[in-house]
Amino acid sequence: MAALSVRELSLRFGGVDALAQVSLEVPDRSLFAVIGPNGAGKTSFFNCLTGYYRPTGGSVLFDGRDITRLGAADVAALGIRRTFQNVRVFPKLSARENVLAGAHLRASASVLGTLFGTPAHRRGERELAEEADRWLDFVGLADKAAVLAGDLPYGVRKRLEVARALIAHPAMLLLDEPAAGVSSVEREELASVIRRTAADGVTVVMIEHDVELVMQLAAGVAVLDRGRLLVQGSPEAVRADPRVVEAYLGRRQR
Amino acid sequence: MSSLLEGGGEEEIVVPAIKEARSRSALALGGAAARLARAGALVGLVVIAGFFPDLAHSNYLTSIGLQIEILMCLALGLNFVVGYAGMLDLGFAAFFAIGSYTTGMLSVHAHWPILATLPPAVVIALIGAIFVGVPTLRLRSDYLAVVTLGFGEIIQTVVNNLNQTGGPEGIYGIPPLRIGSWTLTSTASYFEIFLFLVVVFVAVSARIRHARLGRAWLAIREDEDTAQAMGIKVRRYKLYAYMAGSVFGSITGSLYAPAFIAIAPPSFGFTESLLVVMAVSIGGIGSIWGALLGAGVVIAFPEVFRQFAQARLLVFGIALVLVMVLRPQGIWPENGLGFGRLQQRWRSRRVEGARR
Repeated sequence: MAALSVRELSLRFGGVDALAQVSLEVPDRSLFAVIGPNGAGKTSFFNCLTGYYRPTGGSVLFDGRDITRLGAADVAALGIRRTFQNVRVFPKLSARENVLAGAHLRASASVLGTLFGTPAHRRGERELAEEADRWLDFVGLADKAAVLAGDLPYGVRKRLEVARALIAHPAMLLLDEPAAGVSSVEREELASVIRRTAADGVTVVMIEHDVELVMQLAAGVAVLDRGRLLVQGSPEAVRADPRVVEAYLGRRQR
Repeated sequence: MSSLLEGGGEEEIVVPAIKEARSRSALALGGAAARLARAGALVGLVVIAGFFPDLAHSNYLTSIGLQIEILMCLALGLNFVVGYAGMLDLGFAAFFAIGSYTTGMLSVHAHWPILATLPPAVVIALIGAIFVGVPTLRLRSDYLAVVTLGFGEIIQTVVNNLNQTGGPEGIYGIPPLRIGSWTLTSTASYFEIFLFLVVVFVAVSARIRHARLGRAWLAIREDEDTAQAMGIKVRRYKLYAYMAGSVFGSITGSLYAPAFIAIAPPSFGFTESLLVVMAVSIGGIGSIWGALLGAGVVIAFPEVFRQFAQARLLVFGIALVLVMVLRPQGIWPENGLGFGRLQQRWRSRRVEGARR
């Protein structure tokens, strides 16, 4: 069964087709990659899936449910979490609090519990904080829990974003260029985090320029070019496809 | 997902995890002691403050102290809106006015006991907050500032022109606050009441800050769009911030009325709103200690520099600009006074020097 099924998704900005009738299916519990040259519409695609852009045509089904018109917060409530291409952590919150913010929908909303600090409320908060620390550990940031996110280096923030998404126990995780601007050591750690996440049954969709990483991790690949779906298939098939080579390198002069 | 956490069996990850666990337990021990020391220091501070009217033995000083406490309460209320949720509100005095006038009118005209006027004051303030907030909180901060400024002006204009609110003369002869058989008539007794209110407001602020509500507000302040990706309903939580602020503002106003016996429109204008914004921003946006300290500075500074007579507000203005330029995060910023980070920077600088 497909976790995500996108049908003829279109997005127009004025006269520009950011996305033109993109249809694809992401199988449940798979590790899927979306690649394509700059400006191909990959991030626009993610923004349509997560309620940040409203598509001008087509539909998005998640677990058989139409989520095309939902706002970003509602999409998140359905168990779809994402990271951002340009890394968006909350700079003046500590790493731990960043992760806790990701657990918003799991935290106790009881007014009385909050105001009077009832034992149940305190226990809930303590357990959540401990879980946040375990997620920080999971992405290799156990020693950074108390550091302000704004003071962390770029590559570390990327992993913090992943921890912040994972504490929500998402059914699907969308990663927008997780390896961009990340050192080669951090890249290995990141690959391990992604692999372990997918192994645990989370459907992972990632946009990535790092073809090595994609070939190494993804089970399925879709290639976007100028807003259109060019090819979809296994990593090997996609790599060998002449249309993909052309999209990246241009047409051979005759 | 929990299985994912337990299953982290890679060796190079286990070792730092154990180290971390050890240091964490050591920290926890130190943490408990530190927490106890801090709680002790806080109780001590409050007790000393409680004796302030006796120690000062001066009506003038006690009344200055009372003014500081009132501004502290308002600043803690505005801190929800400006400090936590990151929205600029230039009409906060409106809620202060709603509280004061509700209490004033109900106690003078309808002979309600002061304490009984608190619930209606809070309810009316909440209605006001929802009325203004629902249509406007979708606006980005700058526009919101203009709308709240307008709301403040409207409330002041209304109480200035309605017969029921006494027009420009306001309401006078407000009966004293009665708690059981205790009737509060002296400035010193109101000083104690407001000290209690400050303590309650601080406790509530601190609790909210470290719960779901406070984290959601800070996430919104830091990055509205990203907050949505956490499932935070941004508009709803902004309204909550506005409502929480209105509760603190109106309670403060309700108790202000009997403390000063008479209330009049000039106390609830733009100047008052601005004082509260100043207290929050000088002290440190989002910081509870900052709001308290800021309120103290804003009230005490013009008093201390009375010798400058007419020029004292000018001196005050210059001091404000200096604070904003030299320490834009406020005197006591939300992430502490920064000694730890300063030390860190020093150390890394020394390491760099050694490398050279």
